[in-house]
Amino acid sequence: MYDVIIIGGGPAGLTAGLYAARGGLKTLICEEKVFGGQILMSYEVDNYPGFPKGISGMDLMDNFMKQAEKFGVETNYEGIKGIEDKGKTKDVILSNGTKLNTKTIIVAAGASANKLNCPGEKKFTGKGVSYCATCDGAFFRGKPVAVVGGGDSALEEALYLANLASKVYIIHRREQLRAVKVLQERAFSNNKLEFVFNHVVKEIQGDKFVNGVLVENVKTGELSRLDVDGIFIYVGITPNTKFLEDIIELNEDGYIIVNENMETNIPGIFAAGDIRVTPLRQVLTAAADGAIAASCAQKYIERNC
Amino acid sequence: MVELHLTQSNWEDEVLNSDIPVLVDFWAPWCGPCRMVAPVVSEIAEEYQGKLKVGKLNTDEEPEIAVRYGIMSIPTLMIFKNGEVADQIIGAVPKEYLIEKLEQVL
Repeated sequence: MYDVIIIGGGPAGLTAGLYAARGGLKTLICEEKVFGGQILMSYEVDNYPGFPKGISGMDLMDNFMKQAEKFGVETNYEGIKGIEDKGKTKDVILSNGTKLNTKTIIVAAGASANKLNCPGEKKFTGKGVSYCATCDGAFFRGKPVAVVGGGDSALEEALYLANLASKVYIIHRREQLRAVKVLQERAFSNNKLEFVFNHVVKEIQGDKFVNGVLVENVKTGELSRLDVDGIFIYVGITPNTKFLEDIIELNEDGYIIVNENMETNIPGIFAAGDIRVTPLRQVLTAAADGAIAASCAQKYIERNC
Repeated sequence: MVELHLTQSNWEDEVLNSDIPVLVDFWAPWCGPCRMVAPVVSEIAEEYQGKLKVGKLNTDEEPEIAVRYGIMSIPTLMIFKNGEVADQIIGAVPKEYLIEKLEQVL
Protein backbone atom coordinates (compact mmCIF):
# COMPACT_ATOMS: atom_id res chain seq x y z
CA MET A 1 0.00 0.00 0.00
CA TYR A 2 1.32 3.38 -1.02
CA ASP A 3 0.68 6.62 0.84
CA VAL A 4 0.67 8.59 -2.40
CA ILE A 5 0.60 7.60 -6.05
CA ILE A 6 1.38 10.49 -8.35
CA ILE A 7 0.19 10.21 -11.94
CA GLY A 8 2.57 12.09 -14.22
CA GLY A 9 6.26 13.00 -13.96
CA GLY A 10 6.43 16.63 -15.10
CA PRO A 11 7.24 19.61 -12.83
CA ALA A 12 4.04 19.17 -10.78
CA GLY A 13 4.44 15.42 -10.30
CA LEU A 14 8.16 15.54 -9.54
CA THR A 15 7.71 18.34 -7.00
CA ALA A 16 4.79 16.51 -5.37
CA GLY A 17 7.06 13.46 -5.24
CA LEU A 18 9.87 15.43 -3.65
CA TYR A 19 7.62 16.87 -0.94
CA ALA A 20 5.79 13.61 -0.24
CA ALA A 21 8.95 11.48 -0.05
CA ARG A 22 10.76 14.10 1.99
CA GLY A 23 7.78 14.07 4.35
CA GLY A 24 8.34 10.35 4.87
CA LEU A 25 5.43 9.12 2.73
CA LYS A 26 5.75 5.98 0.62
CA THR A 27 5.50 7.59 -2.79
CA LEU A 28 5.33 6.33 -6.37
CA ILE A 29 5.34 8.41 -9.54
CA CYS A 30 3.92 6.75 -12.67
CA GLU A 31 5.01 8.36 -15.92
CA GLU A 32 3.73 6.99 -19.19
CA LYS A 33 6.23 8.59 -21.57
CA VAL A 34 9.15 10.72 -20.37
CA PHE A 35 9.90 12.26 -17.02
CA GLY A 36 10.05 16.04 -17.35
CA GLY A 37 6.87 16.73 -19.30
CA GLN A 38 6.20 19.45 -21.82
CA ILE A 39 9.00 21.76 -20.61
CA LEU A 40 11.54 19.29 -22.04
CA MET A 41 10.66 20.79 -25.39
CA SER A 42 11.93 24.21 -24.31
CA TYR A 43 15.39 25.28 -25.30
CA GLU A 44 15.58 27.85 -22.57
CA VAL A 45 13.47 28.65 -19.54
CA ASP A 46 14.21 32.23 -18.57
CA ASN A 47 11.46 32.84 -16.03
CA TYR A 48 12.16 30.14 -13.46
CA PRO A 49 13.59 32.03 -10.50
CA GLY A 50 17.05 31.09 -9.29
CA PHE A 51 18.55 30.77 -12.76
CA PRO A 52 19.38 34.34 -13.82
CA LYS A 53 21.18 33.09 -16.94
CA GLY A 54 18.28 30.86 -17.90
CA ILE A 55 18.37 27.06 -17.99
CA SER A 56 17.29 24.52 -20.58
CA GLY A 57 14.05 22.66 -19.90
CA MET A 58 16.02 19.43 -20.03
CA ASP A 59 18.59 20.47 -17.40
CA LEU A 60 15.91 21.92 -15.15
CA MET A 61 13.90 18.69 -15.25
CA ASP A 62 17.03 16.60 -14.76
CA ASN A 63 17.54 18.51 -11.51
CA PHE A 64 13.88 18.09 -10.47
CA MET A 65 14.20 14.34 -11.05
CA LYS A 66 17.47 14.00 -9.12
CA GLN A 67 16.10 15.97 -6.21
CA ALA A 68 12.93 13.84 -6.00
CA GLU A 69 14.96 10.63 -6.21
CA LYS A 70 17.29 11.86 -3.47
CA PHE A 71 14.38 11.64 -1.04
CA GLY A 72 13.52 8.10 -2.08
CA VAL A 73 10.59 8.51 -4.42
CA GLU A 74 9.83 5.38 -6.49
CA THR A 75 9.21 5.73 -10.22
CA ASN A 76 7.96 3.59 -13.08
CA TYR A 77 7.11 3.92 -16.76
CA GLU A 78 3.48 2.83 -16.69
CA GLY A 79 0.40 4.31 -18.27
CA ILE A 80 -2.79 4.56 -16.24
CA LYS A 81 -6.01 2.90 -17.34
CA GLY A 82 -8.15 4.29 -14.57
CA ILE A 83 -8.59 4.94 -10.88
CA GLU A 84 -11.12 3.57 -8.42
CA ASP A 85 -12.28 5.35 -5.31
CA LYS A 86 -12.85 2.80 -2.55
CA GLY A 87 -13.45 5.37 0.18
CA LYS A 88 -10.56 5.17 2.60
CA THR A 89 -8.20 3.86 -0.04
CA LYS A 90 -7.99 4.09 -3.80
CA ASP A 91 -6.83 1.79 -6.59
CA VAL A 92 -4.71 2.94 -9.48
CA ILE A 93 -5.06 0.59 -12.45
CA LEU A 94 -1.97 0.45 -14.63
CA SER A 95 -2.21 -0.14 -18.36
CA ASN A 96 -0.75 -3.63 -17.86
CA GLY A 97 -3.76 -4.42 -15.64
CA THR A 98 -1.94 -4.30 -12.29
CA LYS A 99 -3.92 -2.66 -9.47
CA LEU A 100 -1.97 -0.60 -6.96
CA ASN A 101 -3.57 0.33 -3.65
CA THR A 102 -2.93 3.76 -2.19
CA LYS A 103 -4.21 6.13 0.48
CA THR A 104 -4.11 9.18 -1.79
CA ILE A 105 -3.64 10.07 -5.44
CA ILE A 106 -2.17 13.22 -6.96
CA VAL A 107 -3.16 13.63 -10.60
CA ALA A 108 -0.40 15.56 -12.38
CA ALA A 109 -0.78 14.11 -15.86
CA GLY A 110 -0.48 17.50 -17.53
CA ALA A 111 -1.61 18.35 -21.01
CA SER A 112 -0.70 17.39 -24.55
CA ALA A 113 -0.01 19.57 -27.57
CA ASN A 114 -2.96 19.95 -29.91
CA LYS A 115 -2.75 18.78 -33.48
CA LEU A 116 -3.91 20.86 -36.43
CA ASN A 117 -5.88 17.91 -37.81
CA CYS A 118 -5.29 18.98 -41.40
CA PRO A 119 -4.39 16.78 -44.37
CA GLY A 120 -0.70 15.86 -44.43
CA GLU A 121 -0.08 16.44 -40.72
CA LYS A 122 0.00 12.80 -39.72
CA LYS A 123 1.69 11.59 -42.89
CA PHE A 124 4.59 14.00 -42.51
CA THR A 125 5.08 13.81 -38.73
CA GLY A 126 8.82 13.28 -38.33
CA LYS A 127 9.24 14.14 -42.02
CA GLY A 128 9.02 17.89 -41.62
CA VAL A 129 6.09 18.21 -39.22
CA SER A 130 7.30 18.73 -35.66
CA TYR A 131 6.01 19.71 -32.25
CA CYS A 132 9.46 20.34 -30.76
CA ALA A 133 11.70 23.02 -32.25
CA THR A 134 14.43 22.33 -29.70
CA CYS A 135 14.58 18.67 -30.73
CA ASP A 136 14.27 19.05 -34.47
CA GLY A 137 15.36 22.59 -35.32
CA ALA A 138 18.89 21.50 -36.23
CA PHE A 139 17.56 19.36 -39.10
CA PHE A 140 16.34 22.57 -40.76
CA ARG A 141 19.56 24.55 -40.71
CA GLY A 142 19.54 27.06 -43.58
CA LYS A 143 16.04 26.03 -44.70
CA PRO A 144 12.72 27.91 -44.60
CA VAL A 145 10.21 26.77 -41.99
CA ALA A 146 6.79 27.77 -40.67
CA VAL A 147 5.49 27.99 -37.12
CA VAL A 148 1.76 27.77 -36.51
CA GLY A 149 0.24 29.61 -33.53
CA GLY A 150 0.29 32.98 -31.81
CA GLY A 151 0.92 32.20 -28.15
CA ASP A 152 4.06 32.23 -26.00
CA SER A 153 5.24 28.82 -27.16
CA ALA A 154 4.83 29.68 -30.84
CA LEU A 155 6.91 32.85 -30.52
CA GLU A 156 9.57 31.35 -28.25
CA GLU A 157 10.10 28.49 -30.65
CA ALA A 158 10.00 30.76 -33.71
CA LEU A 159 12.74 32.89 -32.16
CA TYR A 160 14.79 29.77 -31.45
CA LEU A 161 14.30 28.55 -35.02
CA ALA A 162 15.36 31.95 -36.39
CA ASN A 163 18.91 31.08 -35.24
CA LEU A 164 18.96 28.03 -37.50
CA ALA A 165 16.47 28.37 -40.34
CA SER A 166 16.85 30.69 -43.35
CA LYS A 167 13.37 32.10 -42.78
CA VAL A 168 10.53 31.56 -40.31
CA TYR A 169 6.92 32.23 -41.24
CA ILE A 170 4.52 32.55 -38.33
CA ILE A 171 1.05 31.51 -39.39
CA HIS A 172 -1.67 32.77 -37.08
CA ARG A 173 -5.42 32.70 -37.59
CA ARG A 174 -5.98 36.10 -35.97
CA GLU A 175 -4.60 39.57 -36.49
CA GLN A 176 -3.24 39.82 -32.98
CA LEU A 177 -0.86 37.60 -31.03
CA ARG A 178 -1.69 36.11 -27.65
CA ALA A 179 1.95 35.97 -26.56
CA VAL A 180 3.32 38.22 -23.80
CA LYS A 181 4.60 41.63 -24.88
CA VAL A 182 8.30 40.98 -24.35
CA LEU A 183 8.13 38.07 -26.79
CA GLN A 184 6.12 40.06 -29.32
CA GLU A 185 8.69 42.84 -29.26
CA ARG A 186 11.53 40.37 -29.76
CA ALA A 187 9.65 38.68 -32.59
CA PHE A 188 8.71 41.88 -34.42
CA SER A 189 12.31 43.08 -34.38
CA ASN A 190 13.73 39.82 -35.74
CA ASN A 191 14.17 40.15 -39.49
CA LYS A 192 14.09 36.41 -40.12
CA LEU A 193 10.50 36.19 -38.95
CA GLU A 194 7.60 36.95 -41.27
CA PHE A 195 4.09 37.10 -39.90
CA VAL A 196 1.25 35.59 -41.89
CA PHE A 197 -1.75 36.89 -39.96
CA ASN A 198 -5.39 35.93 -40.59
CA HIS A 199 -4.38 32.65 -42.19
CA VAL A 200 -5.06 29.01 -41.33
CA VAL A 201 -3.27 25.90 -42.56
CA LYS A 202 -5.36 23.91 -45.03
CA GLU A 203 -2.85 21.27 -46.01
CA ILE A 204 0.74 20.23 -45.40
CA GLN A 205 2.27 19.23 -48.71
CA GLY A 206 5.26 17.20 -49.84
CA ASP A 207 6.40 13.97 -51.42
CA LYS A 208 8.75 12.08 -49.11
CA PHE A 209 9.29 15.13 -46.93
CA VAL A 210 7.39 18.38 -46.42
CA ASN A 211 7.99 20.92 -49.18
CA GLY A 212 5.21 23.41 -48.56
CA VAL A 213 2.12 24.44 -46.71
CA LEU A 214 -1.18 25.53 -48.21
CA VAL A 215 -2.76 28.41 -46.25
CA GLU A 216 -6.11 30.14 -46.48
CA ASN A 217 -6.83 33.79 -45.76
CA VAL A 218 -9.72 33.63 -43.28
CA LYS A 219 -11.08 36.99 -44.44
CA THR A 220 -11.00 36.51 -48.22
CA GLY A 221 -10.89 32.73 -48.54
CA GLU A 222 -7.90 33.10 -50.85
CA LEU A 223 -5.48 30.16 -50.93
CA SER A 224 -1.72 30.49 -51.19
CA ARG A 225 1.32 28.28 -50.73
CA LEU A 226 4.42 28.84 -48.66
CA ASP A 227 7.52 26.88 -49.67
CA VAL A 228 8.88 25.46 -46.43
CA ASP A 229 10.80 22.33 -45.45
CA GLY A 230 9.46 22.20 -41.94
CA ILE A 231 6.35 23.15 -40.00
CA PHE A 232 6.28 23.47 -36.22
CA ILE A 233 2.87 23.35 -34.57
CA TYR A 234 2.00 25.24 -31.36
CA VAL A 235 -1.76 25.57 -31.28
CA GLY A 236 -2.57 25.10 -27.64
CA ILE A 237 -2.91 22.16 -25.30
CA THR A 238 -5.58 19.72 -24.11
CA PRO A 239 -5.57 18.31 -20.57
CA ASN A 240 -4.89 14.57 -20.25
CA THR A 241 -8.07 13.84 -18.31
CA LYS A 242 -9.81 11.32 -20.59
CA PHE A 243 -9.27 8.46 -18.10
CA LEU A 244 -10.86 10.50 -15.29
CA GLU A 245 -13.99 11.78 -17.03
CA ASP A 246 -16.47 9.65 -15.10
CA ILE A 247 -14.78 9.99 -11.73
CA ILE A 248 -13.50 13.50 -11.16
CA GLU A 249 -15.24 16.82 -11.69
CA LEU A 250 -13.88 18.65 -14.74
CA ASN A 251 -14.73 22.00 -16.29
CA GLU A 252 -16.14 22.33 -19.81
CA ASP A 253 -12.64 22.27 -21.31
CA GLY A 254 -11.69 19.10 -19.46
CA TYR A 255 -9.51 20.66 -16.77
CA ILE A 256 -9.79 19.35 -13.19
CA ILE A 257 -11.56 21.61 -10.70
CA VAL A 258 -9.74 21.83 -7.36
CA ASN A 259 -9.90 23.98 -4.23
CA GLU A 260 -6.99 25.92 -2.75
CA ASN A 261 -5.66 22.67 -1.21
CA MET A 262 -5.53 21.12 -4.71
CA GLU A 263 -8.31 18.74 -3.63
CA THR A 264 -10.71 17.43 -6.26
CA ASN A 265 -14.36 16.61 -5.55
CA ILE A 266 -13.20 13.21 -4.24
CA PRO A 267 -11.56 13.22 -0.79
CA GLY A 268 -7.99 11.90 -1.02
CA ILE A 269 -7.62 12.68 -4.71
CA PHE A 270 -5.65 15.81 -5.54
CA ALA A 271 -4.61 17.46 -8.79
CA ALA A 272 -1.65 19.70 -9.65
CA GLY A 273 -0.11 21.53 -12.60
CA ASP A 274 -1.34 22.08 -16.14
CA ILE A 275 -4.14 19.57 -15.73
CA ARG A 276 -6.11 21.76 -13.32
CA VAL A 277 -8.14 24.92 -13.83
CA THR A 278 -5.60 27.69 -13.29
CA PRO A 279 -4.89 31.15 -14.70
CA LEU A 280 -1.19 30.42 -15.36
CA ARG A 281 0.56 27.31 -16.64
CA GLN A 282 4.30 27.52 -15.96
CA VAL A 283 6.95 25.24 -14.43
CA LEU A 284 6.88 27.47 -11.37
CA THR A 285 3.11 27.26 -10.82
CA ALA A 286 3.07 23.52 -11.55
CA ALA A 287 5.81 22.96 -8.98
CA ALA A 288 3.97 25.09 -6.42
CA ASP A 289 0.78 23.11 -7.04
CA GLY A 290 2.70 19.89 -6.53
CA ALA A 291 4.09 21.07 -3.21
CA ILE A 292 0.62 22.09 -1.96
CA ALA A 293 -0.96 18.84 -3.16
CA ALA A 294 1.68 16.69 -1.42
CA SER A 295 1.50 18.65 1.78
CA CYS A 296 -2.32 18.48 1.84
CA ALA A 297 -2.24 14.77 0.97
CA GLN A 298 -0.02 14.24 4.00
CA LYS A 299 -2.47 16.11 6.26
CA TYR A 300 -5.33 14.10 4.77
CA ILE A 301 -3.55 10.84 5.64
CA GLU A 302 -2.87 11.99 9.20
CA ARG A 303 -6.55 12.88 9.67
CA ASN A 304 -8.29 10.06 7.83
CA CYS A 305 -6.10 7.01 7.41
CA MET B 1 24.85 0.08 -20.09
CA VAL B 2 24.42 -2.59 -22.73
CA GLU B 3 23.64 -0.20 -25.60
CA LEU B 4 26.17 0.08 -28.40
CA HIS B 5 27.64 3.38 -29.46
CA LEU B 6 26.96 3.41 -33.20
CA THR B 7 29.08 5.29 -35.71
CA GLN B 8 29.68 5.37 -39.44
CA SER B 9 32.50 2.83 -38.98
CA ASN B 10 30.55 0.12 -37.12
CA TRP B 11 27.11 0.76 -38.67
CA GLU B 12 27.41 -1.92 -41.32
CA ASP B 13 28.78 -4.63 -39.01
CA GLU B 14 26.61 -3.94 -36.01
CA VAL B 15 23.33 -2.92 -37.66
CA LEU B 16 23.09 -4.01 -41.28
CA ASN B 17 24.86 -7.37 -40.87
CA SER B 18 23.51 -8.20 -37.42
CA ASP B 19 22.21 -11.75 -36.86
CA ILE B 20 19.49 -10.47 -34.55
CA PRO B 21 17.17 -7.45 -34.91
CA VAL B 22 18.60 -4.08 -33.85
CA LEU B 23 16.82 -1.19 -32.16
CA VAL B 24 18.53 2.09 -33.00
CA ASP B 25 17.86 5.16 -30.88
CA PHE B 26 18.56 8.32 -32.92
CA TRP B 27 19.26 11.09 -30.44
CA ALA B 28 21.25 14.28 -29.79
CA PRO B 29 22.59 15.84 -26.60
CA TRP B 30 20.41 18.95 -26.86
CA CYS B 31 17.16 17.01 -27.21
CA GLY B 32 15.30 16.90 -23.89
CA PRO B 33 12.87 14.12 -24.73
CA CYS B 34 15.79 12.05 -26.08
CA ARG B 35 17.68 12.27 -22.83
CA MET B 36 14.65 11.41 -20.75
CA VAL B 37 13.64 8.49 -23.02
CA ALA B 38 17.11 6.94 -22.57
CA PRO B 39 16.18 5.02 -19.37
CA VAL B 40 13.34 3.25 -21.22
CA VAL B 41 15.72 2.26 -24.02
CA SER B 42 18.19 0.97 -21.39
CA GLU B 43 15.47 -1.10 -19.73
CA ILE B 44 14.54 -2.62 -23.10
CA ALA B 45 18.20 -3.38 -23.83
CA GLU B 46 18.48 -5.33 -20.56
CA GLU B 47 15.18 -7.13 -20.86
CA TYR B 48 15.80 -8.25 -24.45
CA GLN B 49 19.48 -9.12 -24.13
CA GLY B 50 20.38 -11.90 -26.59
CA LYS B 51 17.21 -11.39 -28.64
CA LEU B 52 17.69 -7.78 -29.62
CA LYS B 53 20.69 -5.53 -30.06
CA VAL B 54 20.21 -1.94 -28.92
CA GLY B 55 22.35 0.91 -30.21
CA LYS B 56 22.41 4.67 -30.00
CA LEU B 57 23.27 7.01 -32.84
CA ASN B 58 24.09 10.62 -32.10
CA THR B 59 22.69 12.60 -35.06
CA ASP B 60 25.08 15.48 -34.29
CA GLU B 61 28.16 13.28 -34.62
CA GLU B 62 26.83 11.17 -37.49
CA PRO B 63 24.69 13.46 -39.66
CA GLU B 64 25.30 11.31 -42.77
CA ILE B 65 23.54 8.30 -41.29
CA ALA B 66 20.71 10.52 -40.03
CA VAL B 67 20.26 11.93 -43.54
CA ARG B 68 20.47 8.49 -45.14
CA TYR B 69 17.50 7.32 -43.07
CA GLY B 70 15.55 10.56 -43.47
CA ILE B 71 15.67 11.47 -39.78
CA MET B 72 14.05 14.90 -39.28
CA SER B 73 12.70 14.42 -35.79
CA ILE B 74 14.23 12.98 -32.66
CA PRO B 75 13.90 10.85 -30.70
CA THR B 76 13.30 8.36 -33.51
CA LEU B 77 13.57 4.66 -32.76
CA MET B 78 14.17 2.38 -35.76
CA ILE B 79 13.98 -1.37 -35.72
CA PHE B 80 16.30 -3.07 -38.23
CA LYS B 81 15.88 -6.68 -39.30
CA ASN B 82 18.18 -8.32 -41.87
CA GLY B 83 19.65 -4.93 -42.68
CA GLU B 84 16.28 -3.35 -43.51
CA VAL B 85 14.12 -0.90 -41.56
CA ALA B 86 11.29 -3.07 -40.23
CA ASP B 87 9.53 -0.34 -38.27
CA GLN B 88 10.06 3.10 -36.81
CA ILE B 89 8.65 5.12 -33.95
CA ILE B 90 8.88 8.90 -33.96
CA GLY B 91 8.80 10.83 -30.69
CA ALA B 92 8.60 9.66 -27.10
CA VAL B 93 6.09 6.85 -26.65
CA PRO B 94 4.98 4.69 -23.72
CA LYS B 95 7.26 1.71 -23.06
CA GLU B 96 4.32 -0.62 -23.57
CA TYR B 97 3.80 0.69 -27.11
CA LEU B 98 7.47 0.24 -27.92
CA ILE B 99 7.36 -3.35 -26.65
CA GLU B 100 4.28 -4.03 -28.78
CA LYS B 101 6.12 -2.80 -31.89
CA LEU B 102 9.22 -4.83 -31.00
CA GLU B 103 7.26 -8.02 -30.43
CA GLN B 104 5.74 -7.71 -33.90
CA VAL B 105 9.21 -7.67 -35.45
CA LEU B 106 10.88 -10.26 -33.19
